[in-house]
Amino acid sequence: MAVTLMKGNEAIGEAAIIAGCRHYFGYPITPQNELPAYMSMRLPKVGGTFLQAESEVAAINMVLGASAAGARVMTSSSSPGVSLKMEGISYLSGAELPAVVVNMMRGGPGLGNIAGAQGDYFQAVKGGGHGDYHCIVLAPNGVQELADLTVKAFDLADQYRIVVIILGDGFIGQMSEPITLPAPSGRVFDKSAWMLSGATGRDPHVIASMRLAPDDALAHLNARLQDKYRVIEKAECMWEKSQADDAEFLLVGFGLSARICRSSVSALRKAGVRAGLFRPITLWPFPSGELARAAAGKKKILVVEMNAGQMVEDVRLSVLSSVPVDFLGTLGGVTPSVDEIVERVRSYAR
Amino acid sequence: MPVETLQEKLVYGRPQVLADVPNHYCPGCGHGIIHKLLAQCIDELGIQQTTILVAPVGCSVLAYNYIKVDGCEAAHGRAPAVATGIKRVHPEATVIAYQGDGDLLAIGTAETIHAANRGEKITVIFVNNAIYGMTGGQMAPTTLQAQKTKTSPYGRNPADVGYPIRACELINTLDAPVFIERCAVSSVKGILKTKRAIMKGLRNQVEKKGYSFIEILSMCPTGWGMEPREAAAWVDSDMTPVFPLGNLRDR
Amino acid sequence: MSRGRPELDRERCKGCTLCVSACPEKILVMSRDQFNRQGVPFAVCFDESRCTACMSCAIICPDMAIRIFRLTAAASEPNVAASDG
Repeated sequence: MAVTLMKGNEAIGEAAIIAGCRHYFGYPITPQNELPAYMSMRLPKVGGTFLQAESEVAAINMVLGASAAGARVMTSSSSPGVSLKMEGISYLSGAELPAVVVNMMRGGPGLGNIAGAQGDYFQAVKGGGHGDYHCIVLAPNGVQELADLTVKAFDLADQYRIVVIILGDGFIGQMSEPITLPAPSGRVFDKSAWMLSGATGRDPHVIASMRLAPDDALAHLNARLQDKYRVIEKAECMWEKSQADDAEFLLVGFGLSARICRSSVSALRKAGVRAGLFRPITLWPFPSGELARAAAGKKKILVVEMNAGQMVEDVRLSVLSSVPVDFLGTLGGVTPSVDEIVERVRSYAR
Repeated sequence: MPVETLQEKLVYGRPQVLADVPNHYCPGCGHGIIHKLLAQCIDELGIQQTTILVAPVGCSVLAYNYIKVDGCEAAHGRAPAVATGIKRVHPEATVIAYQGDGDLLAIGTAETIHAANRGEKITVIFVNNAIYGMTGGQMAPTTLQAQKTKTSPYGRNPADVGYPIRACELINTLDAPVFIERCAVSSVKGILKTKRAIMKGLRNQVEKKGYSFIEILSMCPTGWGMEPREAAAWVDSDMTPVFPLGNLRDR
Repeated sequence: MSRGRPELDRERCKGCTLCVSACPEKILVMSRDQFNRQGVPFAVCFDESRCTACMSCAIICPDMAIRIFRLTAAASEPNVAASDG
């Protein structure tokens, strides 16, 4: 496959089309505007539907309708807009409908700013809507992964009938990098048993998340969801380890932070400090077992995030008291620098 | 001498697509009548196998238990958006959004207006009973002036919370819709007119003409604290002056 | 004048009485000291001979509790064997 220079937000769009997505509902919000614009150009050319909804709330509910109708469907937004989609995501989860939701995070809370940030980790990973549900959360660290993980997201969504959140940020969305476009996975998922298409030659299907009767009906639905989540936790964890085995200090970061950690590891190694990187790619299911194994024997772990400390909690839960865990966070759309990470790690050695 | 025997012929029976189950609606509630009309129209148009019914939160969220077609639940206020998503995937399906007044004119106002403005080729059935029924009788956007409800216990005071919203007239300011009509199920005559409106609204979709909007004034005896017959009379005496019946558009 | 027969399902009836006032012949009334399984009085027709099959009661019934049959006189051939004339 040829190498093409693509902007992150647009790479998501092209990858979605490669994955067979033919329905996209969105709404303008910086820093992800290139994606709806790209889809408005490309989807009509491939017989698809692009629709700019009247709000993010409407968009996520259009996604619910299209998904209930059996289509591969996507929406994208950024932090404030994703907050508006939380109820819809909970409904999608309760109705066990597949969908891909892209969040190119920006500085928050409130209106915040339009710089990239990572302050929506809890919202995405712990479930920002109501009820006990999970979304699979993928954390790309650049344009190549934005494309690759988008194709993967549609397969995961259909396989598990779940919402898959692509948790990027404004920086990697606005970045242009040379990438090779992923090939379609070729996986096909038969939705005829549940999708809505008009009850032709079959009993009507009903897609709903409300369960009123009998009394334990909702309990049964929830039990089925939890069983699904346990299966996903065993089967779908993704992570990357880099120079971690012989390292004394382990940096842990996702998305953009992980890129900065990678540079910090090289800088530290040049300065004679054996550092390594552990990068979760699935934030849910969180690769806690692999992290615990990677952390074994390390003197210290430094978690680096562009927030006030969110993933660090899951890191602590993974390693418990086996290794001390330190945190370095930047706020309000400011990015961590290699120098401050190197300085922090070197302070451990003194 | 020829023996005169009387032959019986069923002339009014259960529509095939209406489930033969008791419904959960209160005695005298208009939903039961409207479900029956919708079922009759689906039968007569022969579209049971292509119809998809979107039922949002409200007394009629269980509509798909009574009308035997593919059904999709929608969050409160979002039926037109869900219907849009479905229709865009299955343009050949007959997609119906069956909504109440809180759903369509309070939380879902934006979805209502924009689905209509886009001219989505769906059929919206709007049951206006001037109150929130499911949650026990709160004030709705169509609650009349001075009408007492659980959240307007002293009567709706326009100086405080404004006036009832006229949905048909609102939708009538938009260019795309092809059919807009308001009717009532408070009388036999009104019910027959309502059936014709629903039929037109569905036929417009089958013939791919465009967006149809049918507002139906309906009784909520429990919410209004009235006997069903009193409630039916109230629709005619008090509601229709505020919500005039008739067709506003038929292209 | 056409003739009909209303068939009222007492268990489906919720006692809302809408049919009683809708009937132009005024031949429907709510049962007295009889209740269905829901504990409500139900609609009954006390004089089917005056039913004109106009269907008003069935049209306004919210619970599909009423079906209407139209009665048509159909002269049958005299059947010597079967006739009890």
